[in-house]
Amino acid sequence: MAARPIVEARGIHKHFGSHHVLKGVDLALAERELAFVIGPSGSGKSTLLRCLNRLEEPSSGSVVVDGVDMLDPRTDLNHARQRIGMVFQSFNLYPHMTALGNVTLALRKVAGKTREEADAVGRTALDRVGLADRAGHTPGQLSGGQQQRVAIARAIALEPRVMLFDEPTSSLDPELVGSVLGVMRDLRESGMAMVVVSHEMGFARNAADRVLFMDQGLIVEEGTPSQIFEAPAQERTRSFIGQIQKH
Amino acid sequence: MLETFFNLEIARSAWPIILAGLGNTVLLSLVVVPLGLTGGLGLAMLASVRKPWVRYPLMAWVDFFRAFPPLVLLIFLFAGLPFAGLELGGFACVCIAFFLNTGAYYGEILRAGIESVPSGQTEAARSTGLGRVQTMLFVVLPQAVRNVLHDLLSNTLEVVKLTALGSVVAMPELLFQARQAQSLTYNPTPIVLAAVIYFVMLWPLVRLLSRLENRALAVRV
Repeated sequence: MAARPIVEARGIHKHFGSHHVLKGVDLALAERELAFVIGPSGSGKSTLLRCLNRLEEPSSGSVVVDGVDMLDPRTDLNHARQRIGMVFQSFNLYPHMTALGNVTLALRKVAGKTREEADAVGRTALDRVGLADRAGHTPGQLSGGQQQRVAIARAIALEPRVMLFDEPTSSLDPELVGSVLGVMRDLRESGMAMVVVSHEMGFARNAADRVLFMDQGLIVEEGTPSQIFEAPAQERTRSFIGQIQKH
Repeated sequence: MLETFFNLEIARSAWPIILAGLGNTVLLSLVVVPLGLTGGLGLAMLASVRKPWVRYPLMAWVDFFRAFPPLVLLIFLFAGLPFAGLELGGFACVCIAFFLNTGAYYGEILRAGIESVPSGQTEAARSTGLGRVQTMLFVVLPQAVRNVLHDLLSNTLEVVKLTALGSVVAMPELLFQARQAQSLTYNPTPIVLAAVIYFVMLWPLVRLLSRLENRALAVRV
């Protein structure tokens, strides 16, 4: 595959004070690819994700997303971030706005659309996550699964080139996980490039092109889902997979 | 007794003077409350800058003006500064004093409000491309204000009451006018009248505060 990767991160280091969280991570994501990141807590998965849209400032390394150098001081970060959707573990919906308000805020204030245009785009996005009928509800009136789907709609409404998911189902009751994974699967089938940090191994098996195992700030091993889950080469990977499969 | 404190005849003749004072008190409040809020908002925004060269001067500033009695501040501005060749009018002095004093209080309240908004809100907004100011304006502040609405209103109540301080620098507000009327009539009825007006004007705000308190308690349970 000679095509330019949509995300190309090289040699990412991140220090929090004396704590060395990322120790030189490389990640290249092709168009339409879904990379699934697993690893024990504290391994740096979320930090890596947050370095890609610079919510976290990498201490060193380079990040290029869709041809834009994210670490170049001349880059218009707010513009670049519209092309990188992000979904958080705790949804982070704006509680003082309706679902539609959440989805349209950036459309109006960043993308410069009028309220009518933004509402139309916003309703389409809510429809894509199956919540067209919840446009007027506030987050407090929605279930966790619905809130997370609104959060996904908020990100995809901006037509990003890549979506980052930071443990999107970890704070959901088990019966609500399926609806969110369903939306992610639809998104995947539409050809969206995605980096997913999650513990949903079933989803990884079905939907991921590549699984990366991180531990102690490094990518220890990567491969197809079947390679990583059935025949991991590294001892650390093996023991981690063994542990989560026990649960 | 009634003749002395509730003299209707005197109340009637003092009424126009008192009414002018009430008008000025309302006007003064409409000027100093937004001034204090603006100053407070500036301080609260500065407080989110985590640099030591911003933080420590800011803390000193806020502490100083919260500890400094506003009456002393006002008299210093009005009667002290002319010795340095700086003669400000009563109105300007009141504005500056309130900006400094109530700004520090509003600042602390708004800072607490801003800090009560989870950082995930800012992260979500920034991840969609909203800038720092937009994020503050559209995402953080609306939630922050809602979270500290009770304290903001309660402080505003204090500010309106404090406008009576204007009387010491000859601002013709409610208290000053009442004192004028009192010395003209040699009767305390105008002061009683002013007190009643203050009460009638501020009581709804006090009620509103109680209701907010009850609602907050109900939500917490």
